[in-house]
Amino acid sequence: MSDAVLTADTPVASDASIRALSTAGRGDKGVIVAVRGETGAPEAVAAEELERRLLEMGFVEGARIEILQEGLFGRDPIAVRVDDTRVALRRREARAVTVQFDGKTL
Amino acid sequence: MTDTAIRPARVALVGNPNSGKTALFNALTGARQKVANYAGVTVERKEGQLVTPGGRSVSVLDLPGTYSLRARSPDEVVTRDAVLGRLAGETAPDVLICVADATNLRLVLRLVLELKQVGRPFVLALNMFDIAQRQGLRIDLEQLGREIGAPIVTTVATRKRGLDELLTQVDTLTFTHSGAGDNSWREPNAAEIRAAHAEAQRIFKTCVRPPERPDTVTGKIDSVLLHPVAGLAILFTLLFVMFQAVFTWATIPADAIDGGFAAFGAFVTAHLPEGLLSSFIADGLIAGVGSVLVFLPPILILFFFILLLEDSGYMTRAAFLMDKIMGGAGLHGRAFIPLLSSFACAIPGIMSTRVIDNKQDRLTTILVAPLMTCSARIPVYTLIIGAFIPRTTVHGLSLQGLVMFGLYAAGIIFALLVSFIIRRIFWRGTVEPFMMELPTYRWPEPRNLLLNLWTRAKIFLNRAGRIIMPLMVLVWVLSTFPYPPEGATGPAIDYSIAGRLGHFLAPIMHPIGFNWQMTVALIPGMAAREVAVAALGTVYAVGGADGSTDALSATLNSQWSLATALAFLAWYVFAPQCMPTLGVVKRETNSWIWPTVMFVYMVSLAYLAAFIVYHVAVALGAG
Repeated sequence: MSDAVLTADTPVASDASIRALSTAGRGDKGVIVAVRGETGAPEAVAAEELERRLLEMGFVEGARIEILQEGLFGRDPIAVRVDDTRVALRRREARAVTVQFDGKTL
Repeated sequence: MTDTAIRPARVALVGNPNSGKTALFNALTGARQKVANYAGVTVERKEGQLVTPGGRSVSVLDLPGTYSLRARSPDEVVTRDAVLGRLAGETAPDVLICVADATNLRLVLRLVLELKQVGRPFVLALNMFDIAQRQGLRIDLEQLGREIGAPIVTTVATRKRGLDELLTQVDTLTFTHSGAGDNSWREPNAAEIRAAHAEAQRIFKTCVRPPERPDTVTGKIDSVLLHPVAGLAILFTLLFVMFQAVFTWATIPADAIDGGFAAFGAFVTAHLPEGLLSSFIADGLIAGVGSVLVFLPPILILFFFILLLEDSGYMTRAAFLMDKIMGGAGLHGRAFIPLLSSFACAIPGIMSTRVIDNKQDRLTTILVAPLMTCSARIPVYTLIIGAFIPRTTVHGLSLQGLVMFGLYAAGIIFALLVSFIIRRIFWRGTVEPFMMELPTYRWPEPRNLLLNLWTRAKIFLNRAGRIIMPLMVLVWVLSTFPYPPEGATGPAIDYSIAGRLGHFLAPIMHPIGFNWQMTVALIPGMAAREVAVAALGTVYAVGGADGSTDALSATLNSQWSLATALAFLAWYVFAPQCMPTLGVVKRETNSWIWPTVMFVYMVSLAYLAAFIVYHVAVALGAG
């Protein structure tokens, strides 16, 4: 399934602008296009529950997103701006969020 | 009007975390607050009293912050059940006040929509409205009121603005509404949350125009404080300064309290006829009260810093920075706050683990929390370090300070190690999501901070007083009876129950370098770690004289070898002997299994550590 590719952690070619939030680096901006509960790994909470938690924190389709900071070790967790809220989350959960990233402006 | 004045109206505050909800609660109720627990659960219940402009007395409940009525943690369950009026032992609220950060309305509007479904009359308080105005944020209040179907009041809790208007609305709502309407709330699924979000978004777009001067300060501060390297460096510097302050600032008032009670005890001893009564009052009661109060200064200073970090919005940044490090040890980023509190005392630390939703994450945090060097260990460390470690400097740093630092570091390292082992061996597998809002930075408001500090002090005195005081009396009984026989030589405690127990256990403690006096002192030390200091004084018959620790320090120096002293310090890094902590663990986990597990693993580690330290020290010639 193509969905599996989108939620995977593996970085894809830079011209593919629709990727999981977990693959993003500092300064990347875009719009959320899909929020799912599946991260592709076993989680402590059910997929439906993770999806609801993400939605409640403002990770909803159509929201503007920008990666503000990354942690020191493994560039994890990440601090992101979702519309006008700042949220910290791990890359692990960020796999459940798919983002259409803005093209590179040179 | 008289019939409404009979029963006080009940108002509950609901809102997102960081909405200034507690600040509003403080502004409304001032110091007239009562802190307790909700029936059957250990969630803190804060209630205050006030009288509205309409002359109605109101009791206000400050509910835990939440993003949704869909509860995930014990705290949020309380909020949900209180709002729905089905919390055991609580009367349903007549009016809800939903507190919102006026500059951050997007998420709270969804909560408002949920509240609307509950059917209980509510008023929306747009808090921090001054900041919204400064940013040039335009909110169409009339339109917003129509959309949510509830009155709106703008407030600035920290400046006490808008409170009368808010209470007038509460008056109106209690007079016009007769009880709650139909409750159509049920737990929303993902699709319903999306729909509610879309509706909230629509309301937001219709009623709120984006700020002309959006806040850029938070972003700028974050680019430094959340920086992978600089951020961590700043965090560690901050923690270092914090603990330095706890030590240096707390010593003066703590010594004063200590000395004051010792003098008071000596005064009583001198003026009452010598005998059981005098001993009970001076050594049992007065020493007992003193032993509780002496912790107040370090606890207050530590909580001052913790509240400062919380109110300013930094605490979540610290959790962000620490998440990976904590995660490496199998702990959740949120465990940072409870573990930090455990440096003051494991009891508030363990109680604050309820911010962690996942049960296994929570249990791991509870189990390692007592390894953080609590303030009760400070008197023991200070005594032994003062007696055995020379007052020299190493590279300009005090050797005594370095040893103290090493003991703290050992506590932290073993806490991480133990949790790592727990998560790798016993609870392998899944990881709880880490997701938290990073709020806008704000200047902490001094009045608000002092009120919260006062609340903490009351909680500590209440809880600690109720546990430590009776235990101190029990310890006095154990170490007083039975009396020594006629013509006995040696200290009286030697003949008491505590003394006999100590002698009985002494052979077990001998391999780790402990003599029988130390073993005896550890028994009353079960009450609380610091009691061991007073107990050592009693055993060596020097403490009773003037209560000062100088004489005791000299005695210990002449009686113990350096290896024994170091082994005693190593024991105290783990030191399981704290009944109140075990009691709190029992209450928080609702089972005797976890306090037992905690006690057994801590005793084992304490024994092992003392054994190794003693024998290494002896081998190095410190025996």
